[in-house]
Amino acid sequence: MSIKVFVPRDSSALSLGAEKTAKAVATEAAKRGLDIELVRNGSRGLFYLEPLVEIETAKGRVAYGPVQPKDVPSLFDADFLKGGSHPLSQGLTEEIEYLKKQERLTNARVGITDPVNLQDYIAHDGYKGLKNALNMEPAEIVKQVTDSGLRGRGGAAFPTGIKWNTVLNAQGEQKYIVCNADEGDSGTFSDRMIMEDDPFVLVEGMTIAGLAVGATQGYIYLRVEYPHAHQNLNAAIAAAEQAGYLGADICGSGKAFDLEVRLGAGAYVCGEETSLLESLEGKRGLVRYKPPLPAIKGLFGKPTVINNVISLASVPIILDKGGEYYKNFGMGRSRGTLPIQLAGNIKRPGLIEKAFGITLRELLYDYGGGSATGRPIKAVQVGGPLGSFVPESQFDTPLDYEAFAANWAVLGHGGVVVFDDTVNMATMARYAMEFCAIESCGKCTPCRIGSTRGVEVMDKIINNQDRAKNIALLRDLSDVMLNSSLCALGGMTPYPVLSALNHFPGDFGAE
Amino acid sequence: MSQPDWDKNTVAQVIESLKDKPGAMLPILHGIQDALGYIPKGSVPLIANALNVSRAEVHGVITFYHYFRDTPPGQHTIHVCRAESCQSMNGSGLEAHAKTKLGIDYHETTADGAFSLEPVYCLGNCGCSPAISVDGEVYGRVNPERFDEILDEVRAQA
Repeated sequence: MSIKVFVPRDSSALSLGAEKTAKAVATEAAKRGLDIELVRNGSRGLFYLEPLVEIETAKGRVAYGPVQPKDVPSLFDADFLKGGSHPLSQGLTEEIEYLKKQERLTNARVGITDPVNLQDYIAHDGYKGLKNALNMEPAEIVKQVTDSGLRGRGGAAFPTGIKWNTVLNAQGEQKYIVCNADEGDSGTFSDRMIMEDDPFVLVEGMTIAGLAVGATQGYIYLRVEYPHAHQNLNAAIAAAEQAGYLGADICGSGKAFDLEVRLGAGAYVCGEETSLLESLEGKRGLVRYKPPLPAIKGLFGKPTVINNVISLASVPIILDKGGEYYKNFGMGRSRGTLPIQLAGNIKRPGLIEKAFGITLRELLYDYGGGSATGRPIKAVQVGGPLGSFVPESQFDTPLDYEAFAANWAVLGHGGVVVFDDTVNMATMARYAMEFCAIESCGKCTPCRIGSTRGVEVMDKIINNQDRAKNIALLRDLSDVMLNSSLCALGGMTPYPVLSALNHFPGDFGAE
Repeated sequence: MSQPDWDKNTVAQVIESLKDKPGAMLPILHGIQDALGYIPKGSVPLIANALNVSRAEVHGVITFYHYFRDTPPGQHTIHVCRAESCQSMNGSGLEAHAKTKLGIDYHETTADGAFSLEPVYCLGNCGCSPAISVDGEVYGRVNPERFDEILDEVRAQA
């Protein structure tokens, strides 16, 4: 029997040379007349070990990494196909500390399966949630999601069950499920990993959402920067249609749900839900006034569930194991798990799915091993470009929506970007304003004009022109943006700006 | 300045095949840019006519989105990530190197037509910063030396 060798096809693994590694493994095996089955799995999310090559053995999967093509002949010499010892040996994959301590619910299959193989998905507990949902009344499905305590993982943390219930009770012949896959926040990649490495879980989650609220059409609004996710989603949708998991008669239930991927075009603001809906309708991505809520009048004016990738991808396990099971993870009002993305200047970056409650310090040092440069960590930005900079004095804050809010910070989509002590926080504050100016949709004045004025004021502060006066002006401007912008882009740009100023006044030249 | 010649038949085919989709505008614009590398200005009236909207609306949509372009790109398009995670790993040094090495600024194309340079705000490769992409393929942990190697590799493929 041929030996299974796994080399990831995840784009981060590819960005570090996984394609060449896979070719080298295949070539070397052929040269030596060895029978292997090369599986292109997703990534385990241990990016410091990518490209991570795994071998299936009787004891479980054994890992080697990071493997470059030049390492491949010596791996064969060390009999790695039987789990032989080699300087790149990492032992049993499941026993690697970084992975072992995680609580992978949403990402249960990520890195394990061949992402576009439906049989593999089903063999690893796939479509169990849908099977249960098909035997439930819509209100029961919604109740499971409500009971789970799941809150929107895109960043706003709105209870998913309440949103679904609104759409369930809304009147409308046509309803829609829209997946927000416009993952534009720097430091985040968990949506990408789900879509590339386990696309079926998103397809299943959206199908369940359709059953729950009575929607027959779903759209995944995917950012154009993710071509591999696009391919894998389309492959998964085609396979699900072929096998009767999507289409006019889902698993013989008589219920219908169709799914289509639509591409964005590089506008960050289209991650804002109403801007996204405008874009899907074929317009400029201008933010809408709310109310009406998308749940009442959403896509093409119809009741619409719009959820982030991770929210929807968490639904299958909730329907499989029950809302109570999911709710038993977490702390306070933050229930379940959060896929945390450890990024930037960090020694061991990666995907860490944990129950809420882990502290930043554990993440940065136990998992991350400190900065990549070996210098002290000065600040971390949590929750993307609109998230606050968190100083070392707050690293013991548990990851919990309310605990972060108490520090005037946000968890957002779970991205953690690490900066060492060479970073200048005034430069980062200027960048936050610049980013807002580039990405503003232009509809509301505080965001459109405020961000440009913000860049100018930051330039004056950086160039030591009337610093005290300009810092006062920056605070005043931030106050206007914070309180009178139409959406979170203008409304939250002051988070990185003011957190940088408040925690690191020295970088702004303050006495 | 006159527009370069463009393939009207291809544009017409793309429009015809997609115009009946709900919210067809972005799929059509992607279809044209996928086929031709850019959206010729002359295609705007055709799209407007097919979707029953004004030319101003079509122009408005094309210019709203950073990804759409109305001029032909170079043979290869390099996107350099400018976002925070890449900045934390000296992405700004990489940006400066890319501009110097290619002798162009963002939104420009090298004189030989080989490379266009564009900024991008996150490629979702933040675990391997700094990142760039070339024709959609992402490269991680790119320092100036690696950048030069990638250019050579891409040139060799052509």
